[in-house]
Amino acid sequence: MRQTRLGRNIWLGIENLLLHKLRSFLTMLGVVFGVGSVVAMLSVGEGASKEALEQIRKLGSNNIIISSIKSAEEEATSTQHSHMSIYGLTYEDHHRVAESFKDIKRTAPVKLMRKDSRLRERVMELRVVGTTPEWFELVPREILAGRVLLGSGQDDDTPVAVLTEFGARKILATESTIGQTIRIGSDQFEVIGIVRSESGQAGNIQIPDQEVDAYIPIEVARLYFGDVFTKRTSGGDEREMVELHQMIVQVDDPKKVEAVAAGIERMLGQSHKKKDYVVSVPLALLKQAEAMKRRFNIVLGSIAGISLLVGGIGIMNIMLASVTERTREIGIRRAIGAKRRQIIFQFLIETVVLSTTGGIIGLGVGGLIPLLITYFSHMTTLITLSGVLLPLFISMTIGIVFGLYPAMRAARVDPIVALRHE
Amino acid sequence: MGKEALCDDHQGIIRLDNAQKIYQMGTEQVRALAGVTISFQKGSFWAIMGPSGSGKSTMMNILGCLDRLTSGSYYLEGEDVSRLDDDALSERRLRHLGFIFQSFNLIPQLTVQRNIELPLYYLGWDAIRSAERAAELAEQVGLGERLHHRPTELSGGQMQRVAVARALANDPQIIFADEPTGNLDTATGEQILQLLVELNEQGKTIIMVTHEPNIAAHAKSRLHMIDGVIDRIDAG
Repeated sequence: MRQTRLGRNIWLGIENLLLHKLRSFLTMLGVVFGVGSVVAMLSVGEGASKEALEQIRKLGSNNIIISSIKSAEEEATSTQHSHMSIYGLTYEDHHRVAESFKDIKRTAPVKLMRKDSRLRERVMELRVVGTTPEWFELVPREILAGRVLLGSGQDDDTPVAVLTEFGARKILATESTIGQTIRIGSDQFEVIGIVRSESGQAGNIQIPDQEVDAYIPIEVARLYFGDVFTKRTSGGDEREMVELHQMIVQVDDPKKVEAVAAGIERMLGQSHKKKDYVVSVPLALLKQAEAMKRRFNIVLGSIAGISLLVGGIGIMNIMLASVTERTREIGIRRAIGAKRRQIIFQFLIETVVLSTTGGIIGLGVGGLIPLLITYFSHMTTLITLSGVLLPLFISMTIGIVFGLYPAMRAARVDPIVALRHE
Repeated sequence: MGKEALCDDHQGIIRLDNAQKIYQMGTEQVRALAGVTISFQKGSFWAIMGPSGSGKSTMMNILGCLDRLTSGSYYLEGEDVSRLDDDALSERRLRHLGFIFQSFNLIPQLTVQRNIELPLYYLGWDAIRSAERAAELAEQVGLGERLHHRPTELSGGQMQRVAVARALANDPQIIFADEPTGNLDTATGEQILQLLVELNEQGKTIIMVTHEPNIAAHAKSRLHMIDGVIDRIDAG
C-alpha cells in the first residue's frame, strides 16, 4: 500500500516535470554537471589507484630496484676519445647488500648485454640478462615451456638460456623450442625454457624484465662476456665497464621496504665516490598515484561542489516559483483533506525526482569524461559500482536538501487564501 | 462510529454555540462572527445569505473546518472540533465533508478521473478501486464519457459536475457549496442546483452560500446574515 503510494507520488512528480520539459531540463543542468564531475573524479582516482597497483604487481610490491647510472661527472668526461667509463654497481655491492640486512629475503643481480645471436642463418641482436635463479622468484612470470634457471648452483657454469616470449619469437620463430641450441655472441647456449614477459613502463621505474630477450646464468655471462662493453656511437667506439646494471632486492615485509631502501642508499653512499646508482621503490608509485588522485579530487571536486551547489539553488529557485504558481492546487488539496506533511512529501518527491533525473543524465555525461581522459591522456580510468552509487546518492540528497524549503513553503499555504487566489 | 452515535437529530449534525471569529486587521479588530448559535439538522438543505462582509464566508470556512473559532464551540456530527489542530481538521475534511466552489477549483494538469480520485488518494485507496469509484461518480453526474479529458477541455457546467463528483468521492454526510452557480449561465446553474437537490433527497446535508435569492430558493431553509450575526431564518 505504502509502496504503491510512493510509486504514485513519484509518477505524479514525473508528470509534473514533463509538463515543463525545457524548464525541468534547464533546472537539472547544474546537477548534471556536478554529478558528471563526481563520476569523472572518482573514475580517474580509481583508475590511478588501479594503475599503481598494477605497476606494483609487475614490479613486485616488496622489491627495491637499484640501477646503475652514469654519474654526471662521468657523462662529462666520456666524450674524450678512447676513454673507458667505469661506473655502477659491483659484484661486491651485491654481496654486501645481500649480507647486511636481515630483512632482505632474496636478491638478484642483473647484467645487461646486447649480443648478436644466431640460429642457423637467422642473426638477431638479443638483449641478454645475466642473473641468478632468484630472479625468477623475485619477478614471478608464467613459464610457457621448459624450465627456468635452477638454484643451488646447478646451472651456474652451464651455457643455458631462458628466453622470454619476445626473444623466442625473434630468434626461434617456428623452430622447435626446448633443447634448441642457439649462438649468443660466439658461444653455444641451450634453450631450456620460455617465460611470459610484461611490457610497458611503470611510472618512472623501468619494469625489470621489459625488453629482455634471454636470461643466462650470471657466472656464465661474466666468464664468457666479461665486464667491458663496447658501444658504437657516431663519435667512435665508447667503452664502458659495468659489473652489474641492476640489483633487485626483495624485503620480507612491505612495511620495511622504505627503511631497507634508505639503508641500502646509505651503504652505497659510503662505498661509491660518485652517485652512479639510483635506488627506487615500486611502493612509492602508490604515493605518486595518491598524489595524482588528490590533485584530481581538488580540481574536479571543486567543480562538482560548485555545480552541485548552483544546481541545488537552481532547483530550489524553480521549486519556489512552482509553489507560487501552484498555490491554488495546494489550496485545493488542503481543502479536500491533504495534511501539511502530505503536501511537503509531494513537493519533496518532485524535487528529488528532478535532481535524481539530473543525476542519472549526469552519470551518462560523467561516463563520457573518463573515456575522453583515457583517449587524450592515456590515463587509466575506472568506473566502479560505488563510483555510480555515490553520485546518485548525492543527487538525491541535493533534491532533499534544496527541496525541503520550497516544500515547507507549499505546506504553509493557507487553503482559504489559496482558494480565493484567482 | 461512536461519535456518530452521539449525534441525534435534536442536537443537529452541525451546531454552533456562541461562535465568534475575530480578525486582527492592523490595530482594528474585525468581528466576522459575533456570537452565532445555530444548529443544522441532518438531511437539511440550507442557503446562507447576506451581503459581502456579512460574515457568510467566514461562517462557511468555520463550518468547513478550514478555519478555527476565536471563541465558542463548533460540534460536527456531535464532536467538538473547535479546538482541534490542523492535522485533525484535515482529517475531518477528508472523512466527513465535501466542497463545491464557485470557480470549480479543479487541478488543471490532472484528468477528470484523477480530479475525482483526489480525496480517495488521500484516503489511501488503491488505484483500481479509486478508478472504479471515479467512473461510477462521473456516470452519476453525467460525465461518464469525459473521464480522460482535462478540465480545460470541458465547459463550465461540466467542470462543476466534476467538482460535484469529487465532493462525493469520500461519501460525505455534509456538502458545502460556495456560490456553486456563480460562474455559470442560468440554465447550466439550474442543472447544478438540480443535482444538489437530488443529493439532498438522497440524504446529504447541504449548506450553500449564495447572495442570489432565486438560487437560495432551491434550498429548504435560508439563513440571512448581517454584520457577523444571524439576521433572520426562513425555515422551509
